[in-house]
Amino acid sequence: MIADILTGAIRSGTSVMLASQGELVSERAGVINLGTEGSMLAGALGGFAVTVWTGNPWLGALAGGLCGLLIASIHAFLVLSCGANQLATGLTIMFFGMGVTAFFGRDFVSQQIVGFNPVALPGLSDIPFIGPILFNHDPLTYLSILLVPLLWYVIFRTRVGIMLRTAGEREEVLFASGVNPKLVRYLAVLAGGFLAGIGGAQLSIAYTHSWVENMTAGRGVVAVALVIFASWKPARAMLGAYLFGAAQALQLTVQQQGLAISPFFLFMVPYLLTLLALLIVERRKKSQTPEALGRVFAGEAGG
Amino acid sequence: MNKIVKRKARSLFLGTLALIMLITGCSQPGNESNGSASGSPEGSATANAEQDSKMGTGGSAIGFIFVGTKDDYGYNQAAYLGSVAVEKAYPDMKVLRAENVPETAEAERVMEQMIKDGAKIIFPTSYGHLEPALNVAKRHPDVVFFHQGGLKTANNVGTYFGTIWEPVYLAGIAAGKMSKTGKLGYIVSVPIPQVLLNVNAFTLGARSVNPEATTSVVFTGSWCDPGQQANATNSLIDSGIDVLSLHQDCMKTVIETAERRDVMTVGYHADASSLAPNGWITGSLWNWPDLFVDMVKTAQEGGFKGSKYDGKYRGTLADNVVQMGSFGAKVPADVVQFVEDKKAELLGGTLKPFIGPVKDQSGTVRIAEGETPTVEALEGSDYLVEGVIGSIPK
Repeated sequence: MIADILTGAIRSGTSVMLASQGELVSERAGVINLGTEGSMLAGALGGFAVTVWTGNPWLGALAGGLCGLLIASIHAFLVLSCGANQLATGLTIMFFGMGVTAFFGRDFVSQQIVGFNPVALPGLSDIPFIGPILFNHDPLTYLSILLVPLLWYVIFRTRVGIMLRTAGEREEVLFASGVNPKLVRYLAVLAGGFLAGIGGAQLSIAYTHSWVENMTAGRGVVAVALVIFASWKPARAMLGAYLFGAAQALQLTVQQQGLAISPFFLFMVPYLLTLLALLIVERRKKSQTPEALGRVFAGEAGG
Repeated sequence: MNKIVKRKARSLFLGTLALIMLITGCSQPGNESNGSASGSPEGSATANAEQDSKMGTGGSAIGFIFVGTKDDYGYNQAAYLGSVAVEKAYPDMKVLRAENVPETAEAERVMEQMIKDGAKIIFPTSYGHLEPALNVAKRHPDVVFFHQGGLKTANNVGTYFGTIWEPVYLAGIAAGKMSKTGKLGYIVSVPIPQVLLNVNAFTLGARSVNPEATTSVVFTGSWCDPGQQANATNSLIDSGIDVLSLHQDCMKTVIETAERRDVMTVGYHADASSLAPNGWITGSLWNWPDLFVDMVKTAQEGGFKGSKYDGKYRGTLADNVVQMGSFGAKVPADVVQFVEDKKAELLGGTLKPFIGPVKDQSGTVRIAEGETPTVEALEGSDYLVEGVIGSIPK
């Protein structure tokens, strides 16, 4: 039973995790993107559509990423070039993503695809307990797990990472060293949208093999919350996403035990846990917030 | 970039955004129109009789509104097929359809627009379209509304549904025969009586051939959330069930996921056997076409009032309004024969799915020995029968 919950944690947490890593990159550069939900939806639809047309889920995943990037580019333009309020813009883009994907997605509702299927890694999947939990997933899930140490390395051990973090902390320093902070932020928001798009695509072409209007159902918003829980660290964002997935798996397992706990209460648990985690983290880790996060950029650095 | 240029760029951009949103919004025929409020709600008896005979006649269009998309492998697809039959039977009439109509005042606007476009007969096909339909019906006493699945009626609003638990019971028998573990799963949405009734019928059917069989029921809280459906499907399969059924509006994710994991499925609403060439056992279907055509005919001839459709109409397996789905290729001939025999008994009246004693999960007798509950009693089900694992959300 514990193994089932942990397997379920990865299965239903992966899309959230990818979106969360994307949001983390964006926030490290100083931009909060509540439009992540919209990017996920665009990725889910774009990925599904391209998989229908080409029969190739890899192209679908790529297209999903690009669709997510496209939605994020709207956010980047409004926030970075027009100085619009980050939170308001992000929310609007979330709803924009819902509307636009519902409109363009109508013809895809009943389409069938040959998407990604779980691949049991030979040898590894036979390891007792850990094997089925970790080594029987779709290819995008494996890639998403590899992404986490890669992101950590890039953010904390490379020059690119230093520029990224400086954009989110002290843009004037970055500007003084001859790098345009706005450009860094643009790239970070686009990269974030790309990852969120792949997260959405994972949901449509790997996990459910379906497209349905508004199918992300709030996962993008949870992804944003998890970044704060994670104190802007990739491994912790992964942990948070899997915790969210585990809570969802747990609520289903509890229902099947026939315990007299209302499923409606159980539906809340994943969100409740997220809120609780935020509360705890917020009290301890305030100092870790990127200093420039959410600021409206002005002055020569923004010019 | 100076401020003015910035502002220009921004307004250009926001304009485009608004335009796109506008186009998206226009995808549903629901432009604002208040319609004509009826002048005199209370008339004399003769005026009423005159009004009644005109009700539903003389229109140039027939309207259908759906809560989802027409090809959802489910509830809306079944209703859509009914609208296609009407279109074929009445080539001179315009058939107006609106998909993805929310169960809000938006539904009223869509219906008003349809009436403006010449509809004297409207089919609001979702449970939640009832209140909006009743509101519009009050303003347009000459328009007939056929609402699907509701419990309320009005002078010009009738509701219809079907005793879908009959085929669900038969599908339960098939599931009980096919299951090797005796552990069945059922993915449901919210605990309304129709849902509980189906879970009960399925379980009673399965236990009639395998008294040890159990049905694990999982609520998703939503009619169609593929992510949640995939979670539920995987979770039930991990727990060891080998046959899965569902009461959701969309079925694709559940049936395809079960198929990939080698688990058998029993469908609902519409035939989805093509999604599971290996695991499909059978399903329970709505067969609206003939009924819809007959309802339109009745209303068009001015005979709505006093017909069987002006109150609560319930079609049955015998009426062919609800049906069993096709059997999957992997279902052995003797199982098919067994279920067909049971179907014949049910049609002949010798087999009654809910004949007492029926006990609930706690062992309390809910339907007394030998008693056959009425349709009203069944449609008010608020318990799960013995053999169901899971609890009703309070």
